[in-house]
Amino acid sequence: MSRAAVAIVGAAETTELGRIPHMSQIQLHADAALNALADAGLSLTDIDGVATAGESPTGVAHYLGITPSWVDGTAVGGCSFMLHVRHAVAAIEAGLCRCVLITHGESGRSNVGRAGRGSAASSLQGQFESPFGGMGPTTTFTLPVLRFLKETGTTLAEMASVAVSQRQWAGKNPRASLKTPITVDEVLNDRMIAYPFTRAQCCLVTDGGGALVLVAADRAEDFPQKPVYILGTGESTETPMISQMADLTSSGAFKVSGARAFAEAGIDHEAVDHLMIYDAFAHLPLYGLEDLGFCGRGEAGAFIAEGNTSPGGRLPMNTNGGGLSYMHSGMYGMYALQESVRQVRGRAAAQVNDVEISVCHGVGGMFAASGTVIMGSSAAR
Amino acid sequence: MQIDFTQVPVPIPTPETEHFWAGTRVGELRLQKCKDCQSTYFPPRPFCPACASRSIDIICASGRASLASYVINQRSHPAFDGPYAIALVTLEEGVRMMSNLLNVEQTPDALILDMPLQVTFQPIGEEIVLPYFEPRVVRS
Repeated sequence: MSRAAVAIVGAAETTELGRIPHMSQIQLHADAALNALADAGLSLTDIDGVATAGESPTGVAHYLGITPSWVDGTAVGGCSFMLHVRHAVAAIEAGLCRCVLITHGESGRSNVGRAGRGSAASSLQGQFESPFGGMGPTTTFTLPVLRFLKETGTTLAEMASVAVSQRQWAGKNPRASLKTPITVDEVLNDRMIAYPFTRAQCCLVTDGGGALVLVAADRAEDFPQKPVYILGTGESTETPMISQMADLTSSGAFKVSGARAFAEAGIDHEAVDHLMIYDAFAHLPLYGLEDLGFCGRGEAGAFIAEGNTSPGGRLPMNTNGGGLSYMHSGMYGMYALQESVRQVRGRAAAQVNDVEISVCHGVGGMFAASGTVIMGSSAAR
Repeated sequence: MQIDFTQVPVPIPTPETEHFWAGTRVGELRLQKCKDCQSTYFPPRPFCPACASRSIDIICASGRASLASYVINQRSHPAFDGPYAIALVTLEEGVRMMSNLLNVEQTPDALILDMPLQVTFQPIGEEIVLPYFEPRVVRS
């Protein structure tokens, strides 16, 4: 049996979530960073490694007054922070730095101090996708799902149950944006955004941030919070063009990233007490459950509809309410990581009993990239 | 559904994609095929993504395709006069591409997965002709 080399000793979100028009994007990074440092009982001078996406690590380090000996600006979309955790583990193990700060902040709703997005007309997306009227994630991330539903026999009602289940969790979370219970019929009859996706199956658009502090596991007990050990990680990419997914019903990046993380942690699926699967849209938990091996082909829809991932179910999933009901700033991965940390610490708003192992799985772009982090309450693996 | 072709975002070709856009201007849907491993691929690049060979042919696709997946966007877009489908189509040659579907109702009842399609071309601006797809009548 081996032991985890690195642990999370500080974790926090921004003081506020939701609509934060009085803060610029980089200040959201800083607010979350200061909260995470306070959580860890550390100060900025203790940090010698900085990782971020959305802003440059240079910009964040300078804004915080840090002169790092290691930076990571990996930016592959919303799962970038999962990859930062993975890279931080390697950097700390290799002795490149001792204490890594990973930050996220995004003025997704208020657009204060946020750089523009979009593809150049000469990029491959600009030439071969943009002319056909795609309007961002609602019309591109969603494109494969009709093929998934047909090939797997999953029903629209089963996909709608993703939103229902996560709203049940959100109802237990005071910081969640949407808490009112909803039914499958209400999800299906909500305003159509891009058939077959109604509004309730699309993520929120909010402001917020979060940050993590990581150190070597052998000194993790020296900090005020219960350490959360990194047992295994994985990452991969597939394609920046949704039209070029090798298989519209399965994410190649999910499969590589998930398998690497499980192998590194040395666990099987039965050992998992808690699961986060990045849900920018309701179909992502379906793909995630199947591509990570929690469900067989075509079984994820029924698994969720039967309540297995809901409060009281045997595999609690997206227990903060997820991107559909908790918050979604654009790059949601940081919030999934925060919820996994809270669950392993035993301090979540909707706490699951005795969480020893949490799997946190992210997606970046539109099935473009993936990162998986497996956390544990014990360093043993 | 009508498309205002003056409002469609105009692609800017690069040296690696120029042959594709030269093809659509003369009514050809051009793909690339590897001379070494015979794989046909898209989008364009001057090497085979399957085997990395730089020995490449440009071929003309049949234009026959089938509907792989789609969404029907309800939000307004300056180029479209109402809800419109963004489609993924699989060409007979095996590659997949994004497009819109012309001469068919933009409804779930009319758009059936795997329905046969045929390419059709429409100019947008002075330099660029886009490949679109429409239902193909299959004669038995």
